[in-house]
Amino acid sequence: MSAMKTDSERPARRVRPVQSKNPHAPRAPRESPLARGGALIVMGVFTLYFLVPIWWLLVAASKSRSQFTTTNPLWFADFSLFENIGNLVAYRDGVYLKWMLNSALYAGGGALIGTIIAGMCGYALAKYNFPGRELIFNVVLGGVLVPATALALPLFLIFSQISLTNTFWSVFLPSLVSPFGVYLARIYASASVPDELIEAARLDGAGEVRTFFTVSVRMMVPALVTVFLFQFVAIWNNFFLPLIMLRDETLFPVTLGLYAWNSQVNQIPVLRDYVLIGALLSIIPLIIIFLLLQRFWRNGLSAGSVK
Amino acid sequence: MHMKRRAVAVALLTAATVALTGCATASSPDGTASADACAPSTGKVDLTFTTWIPGVEETVAVWNKANPDIQVKVQTGPNGNGGTYQNFFNQLKAGNAPDLGQIEYDALPNFRVQDGLTNLAACDGVLDAKSDFVDWTWGQVNFGEDKSVYAIPQDAGPMAMFYRADLFKANNIAIPTTWAEFATAAEQVRATGGYITNFSQSDINQFAGFVWQAGGEWFKNDGDNWTVDLTDPTTTKVAAYWQDLIDRDLVSTNPPWTDEWNNAYNSGSNWTWNSAAWGANSIASGAPDTAGKWAVAQSPQWKAGDKASGNWGGSSTAVFKGSKHPYEAAKFALWLNTSDEALTMLNKSANLYPAAKSGLELPALKAGVPFYGDQAIYDEFAIASAQVSPNFVWGPTMTQTYNDVSDGFKAAVSGKGTLSEALKVGQTNTIAAMTAQSIPVNK
Repeated sequence: MSAMKTDSERPARRVRPVQSKNPHAPRAPRESPLARGGALIVMGVFTLYFLVPIWWLLVAASKSRSQFTTTNPLWFADFSLFENIGNLVAYRDGVYLKWMLNSALYAGGGALIGTIIAGMCGYALAKYNFPGRELIFNVVLGGVLVPATALALPLFLIFSQISLTNTFWSVFLPSLVSPFGVYLARIYASASVPDELIEAARLDGAGEVRTFFTVSVRMMVPALVTVFLFQFVAIWNNFFLPLIMLRDETLFPVTLGLYAWNSQVNQIPVLRDYVLIGALLSIIPLIIIFLLLQRFWRNGLSAGSVK
Repeated sequence: MHMKRRAVAVALLTAATVALTGCATASSPDGTASADACAPSTGKVDLTFTTWIPGVEETVAVWNKANPDIQVKVQTGPNGNGGTYQNFFNQLKAGNAPDLGQIEYDALPNFRVQDGLTNLAACDGVLDAKSDFVDWTWGQVNFGEDKSVYAIPQDAGPMAMFYRADLFKANNIAIPTTWAEFATAAEQVRATGGYITNFSQSDINQFAGFVWQAGGEWFKNDGDNWTVDLTDPTTTKVAAYWQDLIDRDLVSTNPPWTDEWNNAYNSGSNWTWNSAAWGANSIASGAPDTAGKWAVAQSPQWKAGDKASGNWGGSSTAVFKGSKHPYEAAKFALWLNTSDEALTMLNKSANLYPAAKSGLELPALKAGVPFYGDQAIYDEFAIASAQVSPNFVWGPTMTQTYNDVSDGFKAAVSGKGTLSEALKVGQTNTIAAMTAQSIPVNK
């Protein structure tokens, strides 16, 4: 369904400039050129604002150390990006690659399981009537307001009690919880999964779990992808929890590893290069996953906005 | 579920606060603190050691190979103030602190008043090791108590003056040997369009090094009470000296460790830097175009003919309270910080400048350094290290003190207030912070 939608969107986009030149085009609300231009300028400024740091990072990562401070920060000098990447990957037996792999495991696994849990929870809150439903939902909503950093220290003390600090689980388990995911899944489920359909599935003899996984999940895909994306990005960027929990370098996610390196730049100047290149490489997975999932994601975000 | 978790969180936070204040009151350090028991363990011992020294693993591997019965596992993290100190405190609360940890000298008193350190005095060979270390570094780890040793000194940051030998020569300006000459030279340098140096608004520990050299003492601990003195005549004199240079636009005030700051050195606009031994690499990496043009001399003195140096930075290896194997931990810490083998490796991998006397004689620290025109610059730092006063004591809330003074310094370099006023605010806030933590302090 969504594949069809993007296909039909593409030609439309190509046609649009032609339409706007023709004042008699049968298009509904028409913007004045002034408003349109203003909007474009605002967008342009913001795009520039967001892209310049990334551009700077790309340029800086492509420079050798001696050229880093001496050449124009926004333009390339001798292009030694690949050489720099080679050095980074070789440094300390490839510990950087290990960090990237760890991040992928924490974020990928955490987001996947977290999404399933949030999806089931949201679906249950939307589709089953039981006493205390609203109370539970409100408590979950309250959870959205509690910043994850505020929970890190209590989590550390709890994990200390069961001797799980400085393990994979100490970062992975807390990552599975997503109050925002539950909220979004509930809103989306109540809007897009018709009760009649669940009724029909029940009549056909499907159990509740089977109904959820074979029927409802399919209708909830946009919301679930959104939850997955949000959760993936949140875990990938999560820094404070690993900082508090982990001591073993081989368990570090890439954020913590780069931060640790950055704090030693005064002692080991070469680390400055590695931090830059490492930062550049560490955003690539996020960009890829956004590009792959953005069409679902757009649908999910606007769910319930027209109603 | 979330509600419950939050409730638990609040409860735990409260409990943690109570525990913290409890610790602080219970352990007012007194001069006759008895050493903790320190007997060897039987059988194989596993130790954990948290440190952020880059490449320390290889050094520890050498130890592990030679000592199959005392195996050390390295744990790591960001530098102390970057989060590792907070982690240590969290772990001490949770009862799972590592056996050994790296702690900078200026953070040791904080761990001491929170009762986080094991007194190693009873451990084999620890008291005798005093003569192996440069005098003042030992003062940093025993807090002036004869029968106490709270950590083994690791590295030091004796200060000297890096200067552009070529520029001073070309412009016929004499290398300043006193601070008065330094101010005169500053005028001459300014006349050529450059700045003699940069005043750092956020490296308060560098400023402390200046005060240290001048003979100031910010903190004292008489066994019962702390005394805070950020506004003594010596400190005020140092602050007024730099304030004058700032007011007359004779020093630049770039934020340190930024590209701007590097560029000022790289382009030859800044001529000197009064910094620590480890700073040699900072210039070399920040100002690559100036290779071969630098040299090192002793810091300018307050009185002609004096021989005093300050210190900036340096850390120790401490054994935490709760370690089950202080005997073995102390043995490892002594090896790590006194054996030529370990010191050579640490100097190579992390540019550590040793606190051990024998370390100052390492071949690597005797050689000429190409960036400094092949001058054997570490000879100067060895002289400086011997001239550092052993009396300077750090306070138990240095992070807060640094932050408060730094806020004031930042304002002062942009023309709002003065350095002395910033130190006054630092004084008031430090006393308030210590009072809030129930640390006994003279008001």
